[in-house]
Amino acid sequence: MSIRSKLIWAAVVVLGAMAFGVVALTRGEPINAAWLVIAAVCIYCVSYRFYGLFIANKVLGVDTTRQTPAYRRNDGLDYVPTNRFVLFGHHFAAIAGAGPLVGPVLAAQMGYLPGTLWILAGVVFAGAVQDMTVLFISTRRDGRSLGDMIRSEIGPAAGTIAGIGVLLICVIILGVLALVVVNALKGSPWGTFTVFCTLPIAIIMGVYGRFIRPGRIAEMSIIGCVLLLGALIYGRTVSETPDLAAYFNFSGPTLALIIIGYGFFASVLPVWLVLAPRDYLSTFLKIGAVGLLAIGILIVRPDLQMPALTRFVDGTGPVWPGTLFPFLFITIACGAVSGWHALIASGTTPKMIENEGQIAFIGYGGMLMESFVAIMALIGASVIHPGIYFAMNSSAGLIGNTAVQAAQVVSSWGFTVTPDMLTEIARDVGETSILSRTGGAPTLAVGMASILSGFLGGKALMGIWYHFAILFEALFILTTVDAGTRVCRFMIQDLVGNALPAFKETKSWTNNVIGSALACVLWGYLLYAGVTDPLGGIWTMWPLFGATNQMLAAIALTLCTVVLFKMKRQRFAWVTLVPATWLVVCTVTAGAEKVFHPDPAIGFVSHALKFGSAVAANQVLAPAKTLSEMSRVIFNDYLDATLAGLSVAIVLAMVIFAVITIRRALATPSNTTHEIGGIAAAAGGADD
Amino acid sequence: MTRVKIAWGWAVRAGRLMVGVPDYDTYVAHRKLHHPGEPVMTYVEFFRERQNARYAVEKGRFKGCC
Repeated sequence: MSIRSKLIWAAVVVLGAMAFGVVALTRGEPINAAWLVIAAVCIYCVSYRFYGLFIANKVLGVDTTRQTPAYRRNDGLDYVPTNRFVLFGHHFAAIAGAGPLVGPVLAAQMGYLPGTLWILAGVVFAGAVQDMTVLFISTRRDGRSLGDMIRSEIGPAAGTIAGIGVLLICVIILGVLALVVVNALKGSPWGTFTVFCTLPIAIIMGVYGRFIRPGRIAEMSIIGCVLLLGALIYGRTVSETPDLAAYFNFSGPTLALIIIGYGFFASVLPVWLVLAPRDYLSTFLKIGAVGLLAIGILIVRPDLQMPALTRFVDGTGPVWPGTLFPFLFITIACGAVSGWHALIASGTTPKMIENEGQIAFIGYGGMLMESFVAIMALIGASVIHPGIYFAMNSSAGLIGNTAVQAAQVVSSWGFTVTPDMLTEIARDVGETSILSRTGGAPTLAVGMASILSGFLGGKALMGIWYHFAILFEALFILTTVDAGTRVCRFMIQDLVGNALPAFKETKSWTNNVIGSALACVLWGYLLYAGVTDPLGGIWTMWPLFGATNQMLAAIALTLCTVVLFKMKRQRFAWVTLVPATWLVVCTVTAGAEKVFHPDPAIGFVSHALKFGSAVAANQVLAPAKTLSEMSRVIFNDYLDATLAGLSVAIVLAMVIFAVITIRRALATPSNTTHEIGGIAAAAGGADD
Repeated sequence: MTRVKIAWGWAVRAGRLMVGVPDYDTYVAHRKLHHPGEPVMTYVEFFRERQNARYAVEKGRFKGCC
């Protein structure tokens, strides 16, 4: 390193340390969001330069002379050598989604500091390491998928178990994300109207891109965006015209049924009609909205109103139950570390990498960027008044149905808020009520609206910004619902096909209809249970989602560790072993607490037992209203306990398989990985 | 000026790749170089093939959620 770059890096470290000191040590007075941004960016730069590149060069030993699958299997379609900046954009767009926006918002109930620390430490030592290492090992295996690599490196049984884990997380993720949309749209004609409009808009785009001007992505996307903007603006008129508003004013359960029906129909339609055009809109809108939020935060530089730490670190919080350890670490998944990325990093990206030397930039760098999105979401949730935050994120069972009740309850928690403040913010954003809009998306929308209206349009445009934020989150969640239902359908067909071979034929329309229906029943049940859950479904289901998502990350990091041992690089295995261990500890503790914890607020079984003994005594416990509701609560408790228990069992099974494989690798003196390419291939030797 | 042009080119290609459509010219060049005399898809065929491939769910192909 030259003297000049040494000086520059020293300056970055000093600046980052100063900003971090302000973030971590200020108490009692609000700090400016700019400090958080500076601290995060400095930490990202330093960790990329000194840890990311260390892992790439020393731990993984990337070989810039080695041919990548993009060249070896170049077909101009799937395998294409792609410029690294272009590929970075592709990879980032594929990993960024609803996760980094929702998790940090929910985590803000403990204050901004715990979430910030976990996002930063998690991404540097776990998330980015996982993404990069999976990308590396998949690149050396012709872009094979995570499941394939687990099968070939650890064994077929481990592969099957991981496959069940992926189906599990898929069903839970669809249920939870759909719940986020329902909570954002219930009783909101403006939001519902604009989101409903995306369906005909997508069809117009689809027909245009298929028949009128085939393949013109930019043209169809611009048409879609203009129509969407029109729907967004007209939505206000709809919500202010009672006759029109009545058509778009739905209760939670009705919306849930509509979304389940949508998921079914959308997943059996041809992809060009709805799924693809919607995907174009949601991808470009997502990138645009994230960029806009970054610009907004830099220009407005708002103060964080949420305290650094709230009293809810003790586990009594109203947003989700449980103490800081282990539940914070599963609440913020994407943004710190997310198992989903392992599926992307072993999907399309490794097939397009030009050179192994770019793995750190795309894998590690892409995840740092995602983490920055999570930091912005945390800022978005922290700039609104804490009283409003808790009124929006606590269920009606806790704070009641009126602004007066809600203000009284939230103030009694120490976050003084008046009923007027709650009704005023609802009026500002063009809603009748913002109470109990759990799920994170509406909170982030209020945060985004207050930041963006600070430099574009002021209060007059706040309603537009709020519904723009709701629209963009709903849009890509619904795209996920559509695509995810197809994935679930495929996995169900694969699984059931083992017993009924005819069911495996994915070209058969009957099979697809049955498969889609089964998939929709699975996640639809979770969604409906969440919507009708008297505690507000997010309280019950987000920890379940977080635990399964982190379970997948634990599996991916375990695979990385096994591969390092098999490559005879065990000297450096701590790089993935430490985060893998941490994730196993977090998911197993969280899963076990969700099943067995004696506190009925946390443990599903103790909650079921409490309700069961009440039923035996013919009592109805609030918030259930009838005995049949009581038995449904009990059934759902046991269902959730089973899901949590299953994810713990999957993690533990993977750990056992990994230990066996590592011991075998240690006993063998040579490299036992199943890499493709390298010297043997270059010399004309046999592959694989 | 050329720098701006290059950056814009990257942005356009990144935008297309984000929705699953790689560079068509690269594809044509590849076919001509490695498969001379064999048929080359037109842009419309290429676009449709890529669109179906992006959402075709097969073993080991999953689209991310977050």
